[in-house]
Amino acid sequence: MVGAGALLTPGFFENGPVRAALGVSFCAAMLSAMVGVFTIIRGQSFAGHALADVSSAGGAGAFLFGVNPLFGFLGLAVLGAGVLEMVGVQRARERDLATGVFLGAGLGVTALLLYFDVTMRSTSGAAISVMFGSMFAIPPGMVKLSLGLGAGAMVVMAMIHRPLLLCAAAPELAGVQGVNVRLIGFLHLLMLALAVTLSAMTIGAILSTALLIGPAAAALRLARRPGRAIGLAVVIGVAACWGGVWLAYDSYNWSGGHGWPVSFFIVTIIFTIYLASGLRRDRTMRV
Amino acid sequence: MFSGFMLNSWAAATMLAIVAGMVGFFVVIRGASFAAHALPLGTFPGAAAAGLAGVNPFWGLVGFALLGVAGISRLGRRQRADVATALTLITLLGVGTLCLSLSGQYAASAYALLFGQLLGVSRAALLPVGGICAGICALVLIFFRPLLLSAISPELAVARGVHAGRVELLFLALLGLATAMALPVVGALLVFSLLVGPPACARALTTRPGVAMALSVVIALVVIWAAIALSYESDWPIGFFVGALAAGAYGLGRAAAMMR
Amino acid sequence: MMHEARALLSVEDVSLAYDGREVLRNVSFSLGQGAFCGLIGSNGSGKTSLMRSILGLETSQTGIVLVAGERGLHGDVGYVPQKLQLDVDLPLRARDMVALGLDGHKFGLSWPRAKRRRLVDEMLAAVNALDFADQRVGALSGGQQQRVLIAHALIRRPKLLLLDEPLANLDLRAVAEIVTLLRGLSHEHGVTVLVSAHDMNPLLGSMDRIVYLAHGKAVSGTPSEVVRTEVLSALYGYHIDVIRVHGRVLVVAAGAADELPLVRGPHPDNSVDEHPEHVAAIP
Repeated sequence: MVGAGALLTPGFFENGPVRAALGVSFCAAMLSAMVGVFTIIRGQSFAGHALADVSSAGGAGAFLFGVNPLFGFLGLAVLGAGVLEMVGVQRARERDLATGVFLGAGLGVTALLLYFDVTMRSTSGAAISVMFGSMFAIPPGMVKLSLGLGAGAMVVMAMIHRPLLLCAAAPELAGVQGVNVRLIGFLHLLMLALAVTLSAMTIGAILSTALLIGPAAAALRLARRPGRAIGLAVVIGVAACWGGVWLAYDSYNWSGGHGWPVSFFIVTIIFTIYLASGLRRDRTMRV
Repeated sequence: MFSGFMLNSWAAATMLAIVAGMVGFFVVIRGASFAAHALPLGTFPGAAAAGLAGVNPFWGLVGFALLGVAGISRLGRRQRADVATALTLITLLGVGTLCLSLSGQYAASAYALLFGQLLGVSRAALLPVGGICAGICALVLIFFRPLLLSAISPELAVARGVHAGRVELLFLALLGLATAMALPVVGALLVFSLLVGPPACARALTTRPGVAMALSVVIALVVIWAAIALSYESDWPIGFFVGALAAGAYGLGRAAAMMR
Repeated sequence: MMHEARALLSVEDVSLAYDGREVLRNVSFSLGQGAFCGLIGSNGSGKTSLMRSILGLETSQTGIVLVAGERGLHGDVGYVPQKLQLDVDLPLRARDMVALGLDGHKFGLSWPRAKRRRLVDEMLAAVNALDFADQRVGALSGGQQQRVLIAHALIRRPKLLLLDEPLANLDLRAVAEIVTLLRGLSHEHGVTVLVSAHDMNPLLGSMDRIVYLAHGKAVSGTPSEVVRTEVLSALYGYHIDVIRVHGRVLVVAAGAADELPLVRGPHPDNSVDEHPEHVAAIP
């Protein structure tokens, strides 16, 4: 670590907020990437984005009532997963429409709660930290909590990965083989809710889609096997997050004391990797 | 409620309801909900970017909307549509956070752009808004049938000599322009509600496409007028009322469909 | 010899209706072990509904379906659905798809085991799919995907294999290959195979039983018992003709056969001569 520390900005690993950011973003990136692969092949990118946006109402509510924002985000995301599961058994178009209307209603509530945050508690930064995250302002207690939640979610993902894969590839076959397709679908939505909650804490509700879809989309272009696709997505996601944290921390040095936002760096890294994955794609598809 | 500065809002809101009703009708029948959500959301940092560049924020919004259109259609060639949309969205937002952060008015402007502002329209902005509104209406009426046909069946449309890719691009461009118009008033996150709620309701009330589009314009007008009035009276954010009323309209439509 | 005594699949008096529209009406038939049976009927005649009823995927059906004398499936049935859309970007090799047939319903992690791998290879070899085992399933041709799906269905050694329109959308050579493969499964390995098709001709030389569906009703038996003018006329409820041309069977509505010059020979233009009174009656 001494060698790496010398390369990096002095004080990087000694900094408490940085360590919290690295820890929480690790969980968020890892879980999002795993869940993201299934989310893409099930065609539920919109649902994933909607859950994240709806969870922002919980984040805003948590600021208003002074509870741990993690629980606010998580509560609404899980509620959202329940609603989506109820509308989920319809045609794709109708499902997207219902998802969207629910999303709109949820965001309306977010608007109202944020307005109350500003007028009643005069926390004007609430809108920013809810929508764009607050990577360097994560309370230390949150790290353990999110590590625990992340670990739990990964155990569940490991448990259900085969039925989930079968459901994603061919739901009809899964039904015949004795898989409870609705149960698996709901568990997937729950894991999606957890993943976007952890992301919302770090890079914000509206950008959590970046961690969910970006690494998985790049990995799906490169890998032919399910295990490798997931592994690759995790590597890309974690690398992008940590790279983003480091660049943002470093940016205080060269941007004149006004650091650039972490989210910008993370998204830039992810998108660059995605574009690069396209260069290799044609060859892989033929092999 | 109808004093001088509010008149701007009423005028802009009326125009955008007409546009949202028309474009939203195609959003619903094409099943383009995600694109209709992603374009506005990806567009909102355009105002901050324009601020940095020193031009009128409205043109910043139009520029970002067109970038979004280009991204969705370009990435969509080699990727599932929903993934292409998500990737475009996050990229625009990523750039957007940087612009917002650099422009310095991070908190205040972000909230207004995301959730809408009653007084979001200046008198100077009314003219371009009106022009774009007229342009969108004209384009929708001219291309009504190709848009409809390609929404129902792309194969049929191709057989009739309609270029599916161009129609898709036209649709996205209309969506992008409508977005840039609506954004300062109802906010990036809730343009979508206005686009989707009214036509989803209208579609359940009639079987004729032309009537459904007209009806969706009427419902959009009711939603936005009611939202402005309620927001003015209660001082609560307009976005909340737009989201709630649009969801209500959708619910009414579902109920009407079930009654039949 | 227990299998000889009772049917492997027995469908008794199955009826099914969606929203009051009758899809299946009192369908009954039974198949012994190792039978190769065609489920024939035009589009919309109820073939897929009958398959789904046998699989227990329909909830509103009446009647009894027994597989190996028991209700419920217990892993005894393999199924290949119609028109399965496998996306090109699915990160799944043909080999992974087949392996999912073995343990896709199980929770928990799977470790690569030699036994599992050997079983998958065996199945891929059985359907002649080893050549493309490491390609993405979504990128395979229709006939190749069909074979992978058959291997997926076979890997748990089912006693009954149901295939819904496996020959649709395949080119002629692939059709012949799949039929040969299925016949081998039933005749050499004793798997009871039920194949649905809208055209019976590719199956004619191979099937030893046929279930013919029309308007939700069924007749069953050997092909020579069932594919006859009087039997199918009774099933359809109006007169139909069964025509054999160059070893192919055509089932056509009565009258339509008159349009086929090959069958009836040249059609003489004799209307005036046959009915002179019509001419005379006109003043």
